Amino acid sequence: MVADTISAAPAVTGWDVRLVGVPGEARAERLYRRMRFIRRFEESLLGLFERGLLNGTTHACIGQEADAVAIMEHLGDDDHVFSNHRCHGHFLARTGDALGLMAEIMGKPEGVCGGIGGSQHLCAPGFMSNGIQGGIVPNATGIALAKQLEGGAGVSVVFIGDGTLGEGATYEALNLASLWKLPLVVVLEDNEWAQSTPSSANLAGSMRDRFAAFGFAVLEVDSTDVEKIDAVAERALTRGRRQEGPVAIIIHTYRLCHHSKNDDNRPADEVAARWDLDPIEIHGRRLGLASRAAIDAEVESAVQDVIDRAVAL
Amino acid sequence: VIAARAIGDALRAALNEDDRVILLGEDLVDPYGGAFKVTRGLSTDFPGRVRSTPISEGAITGVSAGLALSGYRPIAEIMFGDFLTLCFDQIVNHIAKYEAMYNGKATCPVIIRTPSGGGRGYGPTHSQSLEKHFLGVPHLRVVASSLVHDPAAVLRALLAQDSPVLLIEHKLLYPLHLMLPGGGQIEGDIAEEHISADRLPTVSIRSVPREDCSFTVLAYGYQAELARRVLSRLALEEEIFGELVVPSQISPLDWEPIDASVNVTRSLLVIEESVEGFTWGSEVAARTSSRFFGELRRPVATAASDPTVIPSSKTLEAEMLMTPERVERAIRQVAA
Repeated sequence: MVADTISAAPAVTGWDVRLVGVPGEARAERLYRRMRFIRRFEESLLGLFERGLLNGTTHACIGQEADAVAIMEHLGDDDHVFSNHRCHGHFLARTGDALGLMAEIMGKPEGVCGGIGGSQHLCAPGFMSNGIQGGIVPNATGIALAKQLEGGAGVSVVFIGDGTLGEGATYEALNLASLWKLPLVVVLEDNEWAQSTPSSANLAGSMRDRFAAFGFAVLEVDSTDVEKIDAVAERALTRGRRQEGPVAIIIHTYRLCHHSKNDDNRPADEVAARWDLDPIEIHGRRLGLASRAAIDAEVESAVQDVIDRAVAL
Repeated sequence: VIAARAIGDALRAALNEDDRVILLGEDLVDPYGGAFKVTRGLSTDFPGRVRSTPISEGAITGVSAGLALSGYRPIAEIMFGDFLTLCFDQIVNHIAKYEAMYNGKATCPVIIRTPSGGGRGYGPTHSQSLEKHFLGVPHLRVVASSLVHDPAAVLRALLAQDSPVLLIEHKLLYPLHLMLPGGGQIEGDIAEEHISADRLPTVSIRSVPREDCSFTVLAYGYQAELARRVLSRLALEEEIFGELVVPSQISPLDWEPIDASVNVTRSLLVIEESVEGFTWGSEVAARTSSRFFGELRRPVATAASDPTVIPSSKTLEAEMLMTPERVERAIRQVAA
């Protein structure tokens, strides 16, 4: 199920077409708009922390927006998404509920989880996240079992990072998902760094082989280009819906921001070089200057509205 | 009917009554039918809904959580209570958290059954009563099977509500016959059943009116049966009268039937098989001492197993665990 028009996208609350897609606009524009939406939302969070309006911590996905946007293009109401600590992009691409998330992160009762869950523990129709590494994979596998028992074409999608490959619970779930041929789609976002530790110091062997060893169909893409990821996502989801067994999508990407807040010790030249692969720039160049500027302006005003409304709650 | 069969029948009834009930666990499927044979026959009659899993306790509980979040009613079996350590993350940071941290937007009604306890010579890693580590986990119910509670009624009550449950079944209870309160009596003793707001029973047993009991014994599971035997004999042979209170849910506790007894006897002994220190008994003692400050005739007494590993040797195990002899000693001390 490819969301060719905005009306095919999942129903949202707090819907604002300026953020999730204006009816009638081209798909390329929608993809750009949604990435820009996630980017500006998260950049705003960092600013709100500095203003003392937010409590606790947050894990931004700046640089990885294309993953969330591309995958969600291929999901519908029958599907379920489980996400992790770095879940804002996934949540926003899935639900569009910017106000609900902003209020949640601000700790307000109007937040999607009443301010209890906060940044990492979100729940909305067809979406959940939890902050413990690895444990969500068996949970998503159980949801996949439920999908299989229901007999429809729904899939259970779970987002993990390269660091999560260190958790044993992940492999218990991979084994069971393959053994029972469950409609599970694991999206591994390899951003090369687990907090402050590079994958070279974390990970033996190959990521692909880990999934392949359990009998997963593995699709791999080394890109921050939303259109390339979109094409892989389409193939992966089509396959996942066949009920022939689980699928892994490995996306090699990069986190352009710190792990949480003010905690980035990575080599500055390495990070700087990766800004050349900023997904918003890569895809933004495909748009006409005028239409890109118009989308930027709309997203800007809509995000500002979200902040103003959330602050006023 | 023996407890193992009664629990199996309760599971069968649950599978019959609700299509959303799914059983998951290691070696559940026939002809093996589970390590303690509780689920024997169920996979034959409910194919696909009673599933053997790999040796993956984290996945058994984690997949159960996913099923529960999707509206199913999973009942997971962990082959030995000792293996609950492998489920701790799923129980504490996933299953027990979801409903509360999502502000009620989801529920995760997983039931995890597990055989626990010693006395079979299985040694340090197949004999423990680890439930004490789960007591007080917010939003988690810890329930213990006892011979005086109807497993079908308890399971039905647990399936009628949405909190996750850890259900402890002491393995020495499996071959014993249930002794349900009928006509206000169990084996000739007075038996009073108190049903909590959540429809879970606490049974109080005494051979004489409460006013003539000089102490209360609080215990669950196999220890409750040991205490019942001792109390019954002491009443008959030595006219020592105590009241035994057996709750089905041990955390959080329904204090009403406990308080009702202690309010009259003004003396309490708590018995459990877990190793001593930071125990169920300590919590009950702290709360009861506070509630009845100045009214108790003696400090609340607790009895538990020695704080060490459970030896495999039959002799050494009997020295370390709460045995019938130790239960009797503890009761005689509060009766003195």
